[in-house]
Amino acid sequence: MKPAPFAYEAPDSLGAALDLLALHGGDAKVLAGGQSLIPVMNFRLAQPAALIDLNRLPGLDFVRRTPAGGLAIGAMTRQRRLEREPLVAELAPLVAEAVPHIAHPQIRNRGTVGGSLAHADPAAELPAVAVALRARFRLARAGGERWVEAERFFGGLFTTDMAPEELLVEVELPPPPPRTGWAFMEVARRHGDYAQVGVAALVTLEEGGRCREARLAFLSVGDKPVVAARAAAQLAGEVPTAEASAAAAETVAREEIDPTGDLHASAAFKRHLTRVLTVRALKRAVERAGERS
Amino acid sequence: MSTVRDIAVTVNGRRYERAVEPRLLLSDFLRRDLGLTGTHVGCEHGVCGACTVLFDGEPVRSCLLLAVQADGHELATVEGLAPGPDRLHPLQEAFWECHALQCGFCTPGFLMTLVPFLEENPDPSEDEIRHALSGNLCRCTGYQHIVDAVLRAAEKARAEAG
Repeated sequence: MKPAPFAYEAPDSLGAALDLLALHGGDAKVLAGGQSLIPVMNFRLAQPAALIDLNRLPGLDFVRRTPAGGLAIGAMTRQRRLEREPLVAELAPLVAEAVPHIAHPQIRNRGTVGGSLAHADPAAELPAVAVALRARFRLARAGGERWVEAERFFGGLFTTDMAPEELLVEVELPPPPPRTGWAFMEVARRHGDYAQVGVAALVTLEEGGRCREARLAFLSVGDKPVVAARAAAQLAGEVPTAEASAAAAETVAREEIDPTGDLHASAAFKRHLTRVLTVRALKRAVERAGERS
Repeated sequence: MSTVRDIAVTVNGRRYERAVEPRLLLSDFLRRDLGLTGTHVGCEHGVCGACTVLFDGEPVRSCLLLAVQADGHELATVEGLAPGPDRLHPLQEAFWECHALQCGFCTPGFLMTLVPFLEENPDPSEDEIRHALSGNLCRCTGYQHIVDAVLRAAEKARAEAG
């Protein structure tokens, strides 16, 4: 239960960190909050030759309003800060609602936004939320950078679009459209446990009350965050009644997810949870959208 | 490949300078290098909460941090809670009065989680307390007496303040 030896680097500038990544590539692991990486190193499931610790890097811990009215979050921003930051509650209430579901306060005090996204655990909250919100990520590498959309970023189980020499440095969320409601819900056996199923929902209403757009992203029902595009298309243009939401939930549960059963929840039970959570989350999101008109 | 690093940390107000291997966990550093064995090591993968300490005032799992990461930072462990050798911290006192511990293995982690919680939230509901201690496991008493102790400590602190 102790990590194997590694070369330890704690660069004090982004440029130095990127140079180290270019040098070590896939032999190095990036240490952000360490709340997933250190456990697997303690178990020796991960034995990186080098560890590049980002915790001495200035300038990656920030939450600010973008010129477009959205939200920019630095990759090294602790998850705990998102719970406390009024700007997050204002510009990304879905994030504020989801974050308390991440493990426990002790974990969120260290765990970072970028770390959770780059780890790409399909049971994690932030990847699903980022996908639901159409976030985009800034990936830096020595001598350049690029932006990638959240939905394209997540490739599969613990797999992303990032090259070994790239570093996720910033998350950008677009401004919330008017008359948009949100809901994040999950079912876990105990508070702080991995969710058996979770959903991030956004609903934007027309002035007349019809659904302009719905956006549903799920965690723990596939090998990456799952976007329910068919259910969303079904809701668009409709009055979001309980019946319409139930029909959409049915589509999600039957057609759009591929849950794997485990010791505590069979695949059939996860489909059932998905159906129930979708209906509840849509109801809450529609109510909030109405309040925001 | 793993060369030793010099670090300086402040623990419970006292400064320590040591040379450590980068792979040394903060929990083992506190116990082995500093002799502060009040921080207990349970699961060593961030589940049980027994090793909780304060890192710059915030509770964290010391088994999920490397000692080198604490260089230049301020830590607090359970040894620093009591104001004197024959006096307990009010929360420790409440734990004693309410029978909030049996074997005591988990207690330091609970205390280091709940002391900052009470500072931030001096009038917590039972529900908020249960939420706050959800990251700490106790295998002998159950949690009811721990919840009672936190309610009692909060009540006493408010009575003294008010």
